[in-house]
Amino acid sequence: MSIYKDAKYMDVPYEEKEKLFQEVKDDMRWDTTLYGCYECGICVAACPSARFYDFSPRVFAQIMAREDVDTFYELLNDSVWDCSQCFSCTRCPRQNNPGTIITIMREVAVNHGLSSAKKALKAYSRIIYKIMSTGTQVAPDMLQPDFFPDWGPDVKAVSENLDVWRRAIPPETMHTTELAWDVSEKTRLELYMIWKLTGNLEMIEKIDEGIFMILEEVMEELLDEYGYDIDDYENVLED
Amino acid sequence: MSIATALPPKASTREFIRKGRPPTEDYRELLFELEAKGELEVQRVPEPYVEVETKYGRKKKIPLEFTWHHKSCGQCGHIPGYSTAIFWLNRQFNKDYHDPKDQSSCTAWNYYASSTSNSAAQASVAVRNFAQAKLDGYFPLIHCGTSYGHYKEVREEILHHQKLRDQVRKVMDRLKMPFVFPEEIVHYSEWVHVMADDIAKKQVLDFSNIRTTVHPACHYHKLVVEDAIYDRDLYDGQRTAIVSGLVKALGAEVADYSTWHDCCGFGFRHILVSRDFSRSFATIRKIERMKEEANPDVTLTHDTGCVTTLDKSQFSTQAHGRNVGIPVMSDAQFAALAMGAHPYKVCQLHWHGVDMKPLMEKMGIDHEKAWSEFEEVAGRLKENGTEFMTWEDADA
Repeated sequence: MSIYKDAKYMDVPYEEKEKLFQEVKDDMRWDTTLYGCYECGICVAACPSARFYDFSPRVFAQIMAREDVDTFYELLNDSVWDCSQCFSCTRCPRQNNPGTIITIMREVAVNHGLSSAKKALKAYSRIIYKIMSTGTQVAPDMLQPDFFPDWGPDVKAVSENLDVWRRAIPPETMHTTELAWDVSEKTRLELYMIWKLTGNLEMIEKIDEGIFMILEEVMEELLDEYGYDIDDYENVLED
Repeated sequence: MSIATALPPKASTREFIRKGRPPTEDYRELLFELEAKGELEVQRVPEPYVEVETKYGRKKKIPLEFTWHHKSCGQCGHIPGYSTAIFWLNRQFNKDYHDPKDQSSCTAWNYYASSTSNSAAQASVAVRNFAQAKLDGYFPLIHCGTSYGHYKEVREEILHHQKLRDQVRKVMDRLKMPFVFPEEIVHYSEWVHVMADDIAKKQVLDFSNIRTTVHPACHYHKLVVEDAIYDRDLYDGQRTAIVSGLVKALGAEVADYSTWHDCCGFGFRHILVSRDFSRSFATIRKIERMKEEANPDVTLTHDTGCVTTLDKSQFSTQAHGRNVGIPVMSDAQFAALAMGAHPYKVCQLHWHGVDMKPLMEKMGIDHEKAWSEFEEVAGRLKENGTEFMTWEDADA
């Protein structure tokens, strides 16, 4: 039973919330993220997200320290995606690390396919596909006026001249338009094997099944082409 | 946030016992211990190197050459003059370096944006790149501030968690690659920092009338703080010396402003899909503060996301009549310009958003002539769809 009269998510069983809370505490990084809180607010003063969202790194530290499972679940759904992950909050005089608490919480949210995580990452899915299939996060051909209208007329100039302007860059690895640099197929395949071996594809399946299916199809065709049997690359973390 | 109506719940334990490590441990000693036990292989910093002081006084080795350039997604993809300037500087000093295709992103931009990964995967991505660098015979030099910060986090996790080391070893065995970790995680801006005096010796433009502000990248000096370089002669050793040391060596002014410690507003997920936040923070907390308090000719930083966010956020803010309009570039581009690099063929300033022309005029660069030279090469490339600009073209 929450201590707050206006607490949210009271329809979610306490045991379910506690399970997720325990998963956060079981992460190997947990022991070096929280040492108690002076409630000084230095982390909030340093936090960019606190200036524009109803968000506070101090609340994360305090709620986790108090083991307030109900409010933890509320943060997990309503606040966790507002963090900028800049780690300015590590200015904490107790050497707390709310940024890493949030990284771990996000991982738990993704692993359980929470609908709030799906919603937060919906527009972002194409980027996940890009990084996992090509080994680079952004590409020159993403610079399109309809995707970055707020970046000004230079984006239009870049997109109109993309092919020539990319070839007009001296380093040989950067003459690409669909990749940030020319990543070898060997490296792309090794990266995909890492995703398979560490259970990352299972995470993607939980958060966006469509992206997972495209990724699997494209990459496994490439693996096949190179003579690899994908069944040899099952999750080694479960051993 | 909710309104409390009762006392907080009783925690199972309210005693906070410090189980973590003190900030002064020497990670190199721990790496060598693991190597002695046969758990991994430590790649030594190659000679020649320079030793510089880090936050807690430990000496860090910065290699001068034989570097494996671990490129950055955002730099190569959206601000290519950033990476090009780093390579150009290496070439000007005849340094032996390798620009690999067998390199993946650290994938940390995605990790900090979406958490669609885990410690084992992130550590394996890092070690795969490090193993490739070792196999190629070069030492990793990290271009991106986030890769640098993330790899330091990976190092902390690998050093202290046997289970993670076992997982990474299994992955590397399957990839048929060795488990290698470098003796130091080195950021390119540290290389620029130790090269600053040599860069100044080759300076051809007078920067004594150029006023700069410096934005230190969060993932450089806040995320695992031990490795960042500090100098007692710069801000009394209270801020990282990176970038500011170069500006001083080049005779330009480093002007102070009150929000130097603030993030740029990048936000990882935000810069791609929630840019209202990034724009607001970058302009209100950074650019407007710089403008009001220092009125610089240019602001310099040393990370992908910072250049992108501080630069690209200004266009739409300007439309609202806000007090913005500061050119943004990296320390490497600034250093290259000082040494006479071409502003478009090498520094690729046409990929940046804010108008650079007033700055170039103050630096003594004929930007009209420079642009026509770039267009001449671009025209030739357009005619011949298979040609590329060469380093010789860039310096012609």
